[in-house]
Amino acid sequence: MRIPISWLREYVDVDLAPEALAERLTMAGLEVSAVDHLGEGIRGVVVAQIVEKGPHPNADRLSLCRVTDGTGIHEIVCGATNMGPGDKVALARVGARLPGGFKIKKTKIRGQVSHGMMCSERELGLGEDHSGILILPADAPVGTDLLEYLGLPETVIEVEITPNRADCLSVVGVAREVAALTGKELRIPQPEVPESGPEIAGITSVEIRAPELCHRYAARVIRGVRVGPSPMWLRRRLEACGVRSINNVVDVTNYVLLELGHPLHAFDMNRLAEGRIVVQRARAGERFTTLDGQERDLDADSLVICDAGRPVALAGIMGGENSEVEPDTTDVLLESAWFLPANIRRTSRRLGLRTEASYRFERGTDIEGLIRALDRATELIARLAGGTVARGIFDAYPIVHEPKRIPVRHDRVRRLLGVAVPPEEVRRILRSLGMIEEAVDDRSVTVRVPTHRVDLEREVDLVEEVARIHGYDRIPTTLPRVPMRPDPAPLRRRIANVARDLLAGQGFHEAVCLSFGDPADDGRLGLPEGHALARHVTLANPLGRETSVLRTTLLPGLLGGLARNQRRQERAARLFEVGRSFHPREEEPLPQEVLRAAAVAAGPRDPLAWWASEEPVGFFDAKGAVETLLAGLGVRDAGFESATDLPWLHPGRAARVTAGDAVLGWVGELHPLRLDAWDLEGPVAVFELDLDAVARVRQEPGPFPGLPRYPATQRDLAILVEAGRVRARDVVEAVWQAGLTLVRNVEIFDVYRGDRIPEGMVSLALRITYRADDRTLTDEEVRAEETRILEHLAERTGARLREG
Amino acid sequence: MIERLQSIGAQAVEEIRAADDSAGLEALRVRYLGRKGELTACLKDMGRLDPSERPRVGKVANEVKAAIEAALAERREALRAAELERRLGREAVDVTLPGRRGHGGGLHPLTLVVRELLDIFGQMGFSVAEGPEVEREYYNFEALNIPEDHPARDMQDTFFVEPGVVLRTHTSPVQIRTMEAQKPPVKIVAPGKVYRCDSDVTHSPMFHQIEGLLVDRDVTFADLKGVLTEFVHRYYGPDTGVRFRPSFFPFTEPSAEVDIQCVLCRGSGCRVCSGTGWLEILGSGMVDPAVYGFVDYDPEEVQGFAFGMGVERIAMLKYGIDDIRLFFENDLRFLRHFG
Repeated sequence: MRIPISWLREYVDVDLAPEALAERLTMAGLEVSAVDHLGEGIRGVVVAQIVEKGPHPNADRLSLCRVTDGTGIHEIVCGATNMGPGDKVALARVGARLPGGFKIKKTKIRGQVSHGMMCSERELGLGEDHSGILILPADAPVGTDLLEYLGLPETVIEVEITPNRADCLSVVGVAREVAALTGKELRIPQPEVPESGPEIAGITSVEIRAPELCHRYAARVIRGVRVGPSPMWLRRRLEACGVRSINNVVDVTNYVLLELGHPLHAFDMNRLAEGRIVVQRARAGERFTTLDGQERDLDADSLVICDAGRPVALAGIMGGENSEVEPDTTDVLLESAWFLPANIRRTSRRLGLRTEASYRFERGTDIEGLIRALDRATELIARLAGGTVARGIFDAYPIVHEPKRIPVRHDRVRRLLGVAVPPEEVRRILRSLGMIEEAVDDRSVTVRVPTHRVDLEREVDLVEEVARIHGYDRIPTTLPRVPMRPDPAPLRRRIANVARDLLAGQGFHEAVCLSFGDPADDGRLGLPEGHALARHVTLANPLGRETSVLRTTLLPGLLGGLARNQRRQERAARLFEVGRSFHPREEEPLPQEVLRAAAVAAGPRDPLAWWASEEPVGFFDAKGAVETLLAGLGVRDAGFESATDLPWLHPGRAARVTAGDAVLGWVGELHPLRLDAWDLEGPVAVFELDLDAVARVRQEPGPFPGLPRYPATQRDLAILVEAGRVRARDVVEAVWQAGLTLVRNVEIFDVYRGDRIPEGMVSLALRITYRADDRTLTDEEVRAEETRILEHLAERTGARLREG
Repeated sequence: MIERLQSIGAQAVEEIRAADDSAGLEALRVRYLGRKGELTACLKDMGRLDPSERPRVGKVANEVKAAIEAALAERREALRAAELERRLGREAVDVTLPGRRGHGGGLHPLTLVVRELLDIFGQMGFSVAEGPEVEREYYNFEALNIPEDHPARDMQDTFFVEPGVVLRTHTSPVQIRTMEAQKPPVKIVAPGKVYRCDSDVTHSPMFHQIEGLLVDRDVTFADLKGVLTEFVHRYYGPDTGVRFRPSFFPFTEPSAEVDIQCVLCRGSGCRVCSGTGWLEILGSGMVDPAVYGFVDYDPEEVQGFAFGMGVERIAMLKYGIDDIRLFFENDLRFLRHFG
């Protein structure tokens, strides 16, 4: 809401500087977001008229204008095209100054001397428009100083009104607040309507057929008006508030809307069938053309203002083309009404049509104040457009609002605010806001709330008013006294944080991707139709197709991030994310949200360094990261099963991660086809784990068995097994099975395939640790154990000892 | 005889001191003290001396032997030290070469900021709570006193999944879920992702908030000021100015915006604070009694406050980041700055 200070001063004395006033309002909950000093820095700019407009001799896009300021002709080069001979313009002559310290000098533009400049709104600091130069009204007196003509300088404050403060959506509303804050007297306009026409009841009528949506509808009639341009003072005020001037009648309704906050509408009475008003719901499917020329589809929830036969306005939102005031209008019916806020909001939202009127009606207007607005507009129309005002008001008021009476307990004020505001101060504050005291005793005060404060309904609302006017800064700061009962962080959150630390410690950078997904990513991952990961939660109103679903896996976001980094020549890129995926559920409106950790890695395994290899990352880098992560999260029995059914992974380099019966996730290298689909340079190692599943299988360490009392013996074995048929895990399991109770650990520390062993075989080097709890093992015991192991290995896996 | 002994001794000590490796030193030991060594040979001649002279000569002989042995020991120690010195010299490395390490990784700035904020509130006694990101409209709006067809809904542009189901527009639904699940005292902070259909330099369709809620029998607005002032002083420094300004949120009453003195200009006015000297960092207020109605608390019995802040905004101010989209582009040049 833009409030010109000079206008504000009509209703309340303001002896604060604009900045101090802004501060005061801000600290009372009316946040002032800007203080504009219009006209500041302008000097020597006058109203001028274009006499002649011709082409610039040397430039197609420029014109050369001859402009008069009443005392002489100035030749001006101009780049704008929106003006022509006869137009009144703002001329900055040589020597003039514009906002920002800009000084106008005689300049040569493409070989042609320009003796000044015709200014745009933005160049004058009066607005944002820079599409052309400012064209002034035709009656602007040539030669007048522009500041004087526009009533400048003027200071305008821009106030952000929160949705609850509908009463402040007007100059008087803000003035009321200023009066309460500064203790000054408020001067509300007291209109005097010159009634000289016939009784209104004889010339029109109002019938409300939907009283549940329209609690009051008041009308006045003015006949014989002359529609024409508004006087300068009126236009200036509208423009300072950002409202375009149309004609004197319409301008008055807008002026009163800005002044008193109540929206009004003026009908051309002669275009109303039978000259009367019927307020009713529209018929479903009914169409209606609003005065912006748009045809609107109505439904039975849309409230319309009709004449004897057809809709003439969309109630509370916009008038109709068929009844608007036009230059030849002579008789005007003025509407001032109260509509149900929720209904106006629903219709306005459904039609996508927001107006100054709907904005106020949906926030709530003052049902008792609408007569004042009606009278004020009538007074102004009669003064500015002439005509005869019919005697009386047609006031249909089927649902009368009872004034609200609210008790405020002083103890409640103290308990909520934590400070005892003295009862006299509480009462003073409430009175300053227009409340009428109805009952006062030691412990409380009961007030009647003025009808413009539609937001005040409960005791707590008044406590807020007391705190607000008393000043938040006068409330002390204390620390609460609350019983200590610490709760541990949710397990999910702890696991997420440990996972983040473990992955960051392993050389991954944490990414945060949007939770939205692109349905096309399913194809890029190679998911077949109906795949579980292709079942998405879909948004009804997405920002775009690329963000129209919620993700089922963190992989696409990370792959996209990896590709962007690769395009920027990042050789080694390793990203991880911990976040949720979303999966629709049957029978349950909310999807399942699964906490996941995923990572992608590309480029060399080691950082570029003098000691490092340049080998690229692969399956085992991802697997190692998973192993470290799971160990750190307390998963003690993680397993890896080769998986060929994960379409985004290389089928020979993919594993499902398990723990017992639980599936925890997957790990592998990206499928070569997927590299192309994502525009990635491979190999790319990836994994994703379900941290909720991890939470279910993780275990705390068991009881400590004590340090071993006898030494262990380590022996190495090199065996040959058939490549591809026998897997490392088969060998390790066979060792454990064969080794009775003496085997304590088995590690595979070398894997060899090549010339030195038979083709089709792979050599595995095992280091086995043997130990007994009750004695030191003898060589014979260890050798016997080793023999048993070799026999069992041969039997189970066909392994044989590698010679040499 | 004595002269001969002393001459051998002097020569031996001199040669020992000149020995430049342990092999040479051993040769000298053998040459002088060995069974066929010079000193030994000389002592063998003692038998031929007059018995009266023997004690004197014997004493000198012992002194010479001791001197030679001492010189040997000293030289041996010196040579060992020199050899160690040489070995250490050979083994020296260029310590300015980079160490053997993995790729550097790190945490996202939003994670860092969330952890810092939760630490502060955790130390003040708040516990962490979480809730779903896809939420029932009821929890996101109605139960927070934001009915359908209320202008307050304009404050948040909502993504809908289906009628009644939205992407939560704030972390405030966690307030309701927590109060439904437990009785006072409630003291939680709820971090998480939130969503609004809005996208430009200062708005992302997904961003992060931290919600706070403290409800008990007599938690006051003064306590709200105390806790949030304490928070500001801990996070931004004890000298940071803070102010509470009336505002409106449907689920709190009275409501307050909390501004801190601009972190850049310290209050004198700059581009970041639009010349006001103040930065808005969080919204807060006393929980509206209407909200208690939805969770079956008696507003005459319990009271408390709630607050909420945008994590990106706090991180942008802290690190001087001017485009919110940087948080979600995962550009390594950005991420590496933080770890």
